[in-house]
Amino acid sequence: MPSHLKNTSSGYGWMAILLHWLVALAVFSMFGLGLYMVELTYYDAWYKGSLDLHKSAGILLALVVAARYVWRLVNPSPSALSANRLEHLAGHAAHLMLYLMMAALFVSGYLISTAEGHGISVFGWFTVPATLTGDNQEDIAGDIHRWLAWGLMGLVALHAAAALKHHFINRDATLVRMLRRIND
Amino acid sequence: MKKLLLTTLFSVTALTATAAQAATYDVDNEGAHASVNFQIQHLGYSWLTGRFNDFDGSFEYDAAAPEKSSIEVVIDTTSLDSNHAERDKHLKSADFLDVKKYPTATFKSTGFKSTGEGKGEITGDFTLHGVTKSITFPVKRIGEGNDPWGGYRAGFTGSTTLKLKDYGIDYDLGPASTTVEITLHIEGVRQ
Repeated sequence: MPSHLKNTSSGYGWMAILLHWLVALAVFSMFGLGLYMVELTYYDAWYKGSLDLHKSAGILLALVVAARYVWRLVNPSPSALSANRLEHLAGHAAHLMLYLMMAALFVSGYLISTAEGHGISVFGWFTVPATLTGDNQEDIAGDIHRWLAWGLMGLVALHAAAALKHHFINRDATLVRMLRRIND
Repeated sequence: MKKLLLTTLFSVTALTATAAQAATYDVDNEGAHASVNFQIQHLGYSWLTGRFNDFDGSFEYDAAAPEKSSIEVVIDTTSLDSNHAERDKHLKSADFLDVKKYPTATFKSTGFKSTGEGKGEITGDFTLHGVTKSITFPVKRIGEGNDPWGGYRAGFTGSTTLKLKDYGIDYDLGPASTTVEITLHIEGVRQ
């Protein structure tokens, strides 16, 4: 594998950079699409299509995030640039929470659509089968899904603010090394 | 809670009913020999059918004195099931039934008019989406008699068409879908 794809102990490889921004773009798009589609009414042309897209894209995003997590595990993690131990721990916890909340969003979204025992068709290519079904599952999972989505946006705002703090206040390469590969 | 309410209601009606000789029947929802179904036009092209899976009720009935008949049914609106999770979620939301605010729909009869052997017209208060209206609709006895397990059963069916707007539900589903037909199939076990 070409070495510029992989992480080093001081910087991210192109694969991690690409996956980071792909997931960021997808998460924002899914949040916007989600807010928009629940306001559509019966006679809007995109009443059905928006939901099908959200479900299909959500399944694909879950696969991408899972792949990203595996990539993170098998690659070296670039060492933190902040000297402050508390900030280092907080950053680590926030990153872990971002993954956990995304995972919970995928699970809750899946549980809404499969609550009646029907699978989710991903762009008609393949179908993810239903598993759990229960009373009022679509309502409960729906509430959780909505709160998680807002919660994730809050955490993303914190994540972005922390990146900007590193860039403008600490004046270190934390943000830059997620934009391009840094040569050792 | 619902059970307790019904049991209480039961004992009260049972007490008052003794004089009239009418028997009390408990709707056999445990054995699922009863169902509350609905159907509504989809765009005017076909029928969409659904059901309420959870409800409870009892009725008073005596073939010799049918005008003494009465019925009470409590429907759990959160149990709506149209075999499509996202549609169920939408139908239960504030756009339609708003089940968080109105978790039950009830029908309580106020009168019964016999229109022939095993037939009649029932009048009662129907509460849906927080709106109570008096409705009258025909009911038909399907049959009654001993069951093979030592009990005595009687079964009826009745259906009525409701205007959604009358019950404060004004989501635009199109001109063909302004009314919903609700059908009740019940079998009761005599107590």
